[in-house]
Amino acid sequence: MADNIVLNIRNVDKTFGGLQALSDVNLGIEEGKIHAIIGPNGAGKSTLLNVCIGRLEPTSGTVTFDGEVITGKAPHEINQAGVVRVFQTPEIFPELSIIENVMIPAFARRDGAFRFNPFSSLRNESGIREEAEHVLRDMGLLEQRDHHAGSMSRGDKRRLELAMGLVQHPRLLLLDEPTAGMSRADTNATIDTLKRIKERGMTKVIIEHDMHVVFSLADTISVLAQGAIIAQGEPDDIRGNQKVQEAYLGGAH
Amino acid sequence: MGFFKLSRRDAMTMLIFIALVLLAPIWLRPFGAAYPDLLQKFAIFGLFAIGFNILFGLTGYLSFGHAAFLGIGSYTAVWSFKLMSMNVIPAVFFGTLVAGLFAVLIGYVSLRRTGIYFSILTLAFAQMCYNLAYSVLTPITNGETGLRVLQDDPMVIDGLFGVVQEGSPIGNFFGINMQGYPAFYFCAVMLIIGFFISLRIFRSPYGLKLAAIKSNQNRMKYTGFNTRPYLLWAFVISGMYAGMAGSLMAVTDPLAGAERMQWTASGEVVLMTILGGVGTLIGPMLGSVLIKYFENIFSAFNKGALHDVFAFMPDWLENLVVAVVHPFVGEGWHLTLGALFMVIVIFLPGGLMEGFRRLSRLRGRKPAK
Ligand SMILES: Nc1ncnc2c1ncn2[C@@H]1O[C@H](COP(=O)(O)OP(=O)(O)OP(=O)(O)O)[C@@H](O)[C@H]1O
Ligand SMILES: [Mg+2]
Repeated sequence: MADNIVLNIRNVDKTFGGLQALSDVNLGIEEGKIHAIIGPNGAGKSTLLNVCIGRLEPTSGTVTFDGEVITGKAPHEINQAGVVRVFQTPEIFPELSIIENVMIPAFARRDGAFRFNPFSSLRNESGIREEAEHVLRDMGLLEQRDHHAGSMSRGDKRRLELAMGLVQHPRLLLLDEPTAGMSRADTNATIDTLKRIKERGMTKVIIEHDMHVVFSLADTISVLAQGAIIAQGEPDDIRGNQKVQEAYLGGAH
Repeated sequence: MGFFKLSRRDAMTMLIFIALVLLAPIWLRPFGAAYPDLLQKFAIFGLFAIGFNILFGLTGYLSFGHAAFLGIGSYTAVWSFKLMSMNVIPAVFFGTLVAGLFAVLIGYVSLRRTGIYFSILTLAFAQMCYNLAYSVLTPITNGETGLRVLQDDPMVIDGLFGVVQEGSPIGNFFGINMQGYPAFYFCAVMLIIGFFISLRIFRSPYGLKLAAIKSNQNRMKYTGFNTRPYLLWAFVISGMYAGMAGSLMAVTDPLAGAERMQWTASGEVVLMTILGGVGTLIGPMLGSVLIKYFENIFSAFNKGALHDVFAFMPDWLENLVVAVVHPFVGEGWHLTLGALFMVIVIFLPGGLMEGFRRLSRLRGRKPAK
């Protein structure tokens, strides 16, 4: 295996009761690349990401990030190590304002997992605020920054989530259907943003149903069906792959 | 920058708060509330509720056991009087500190659970403290009689300075006796400090993180925060406020009894906070003043007083009205409180502060039309 693998998933199994959600998954994610995972509904894609960020423990197998085993670590430790997840169903802080939603992850990066500073003032945190504003400008949300996050449209919430991930400048960004529920224009804007970040060398794993997004971004594609990886390769290989055609591209989509 | 790193608006809030508190003996006179005993209660319970709100309002964790810290603060303060000095400074200092230590312990265990299980754990701890105070711990708490300062207590520090107690011991602030208005002003200064600290916490990154934990704790974990110590500190801070409030009770009347730790006392601070407005800066203070004010007025009425009030009515009507009103006053004041509470929770879930916000929005809209 090449030594520029940042995330290494080894022999991962996950069962829910009798359901085999992941079976013997092996996957290496190369540094600086965009790696797409595609597959039909219920294939186990989100489950795989859940295992990577410590939301679920695998039944067996290990996940290694940057040479260190992260299976069994607490979610906040995995985040602090540099693995950040953007969720499939928006996970935001609905009661806070949009800018506060982005400042929170910026604080996590600067302050670490815990910092007790009840007497410093938010008014003096202009550095954090500027970082958040910068990312919000990229995502086209700057004008609304003082609105309540809970009242945003679903598509805007997705962009907010992306902003929350990007502001942490993670080494590895895991995106679970980042454009689901977005308009065509917003989808294209998101693709552009993700491409721009690629130039800065952030490694990304992206789960997508939208083939337009997948083929315009991915360097490598893995196909997951019924919990197993059935094909892996460059976009052109995947497009022509017979097994993939049957399992996915030719099917419901 | 201005006044202690506050924004202009917060500095204004702070100044108005200070003015209202210090001038309370004047502007509360028309309401018949301008006497020191009641004013002290306002300040003490205000402090209790402001601290409680740092836990409940910011993090959403509802403790049903904060009266335990109130009691611990009182007992510690009385012991400080007995062993060291009738000076109130060490009494308040140790009352706050010891309550904080207990809060570390109780919080550490209770915070392993969330929601209703957290509430039940805190309630269980408080009931444990209450029962221990009446049984095993009688040597420390003096059981049902209550802990009081006696003339032949050691008071080591007072002894060193040759201070002699004459008559029944009274707390003092470097020679000023803590009774009447001086006692109120001592409590008022503590209240102002407590309010200022709460304001600063609300406006700090730490406070914002607590609000985010309340909003979506799981997301906080995936965002890289270890939420447990954040919550524990909030729990300890609010426990220290309760401890300070408890020690101030002992300052104004050097006596401590276990009834302060009863679950009804824990419930009262929850009511105060919700009535005023959970998570708002001023709400808890407002709620505690209102509850203590009405408790004072309503519980003072007896049947005779009611007949006097309604004497202008024809006899049959007077008797009817008195019969209807009587269950709500005197001993029955809790019925009024319960009814008031239900009305607020149903029609104004954000408490009185939400009521004010709605009113000011209505007024703001009219001129625009
Ligand atoms: N926490 C859970 N408990 C039980 N079963 C689960 C759990 N999470 C996922 N599953 C099941 O595991 C299988 C894989 O689900 P997963 O969400 O990973 O699919 P997916 O590939 O992300 O699908 P989609 O494209 O619809 O998002 C599904 O059958 C799902 O019902
Ligand atoms: Mg999924």
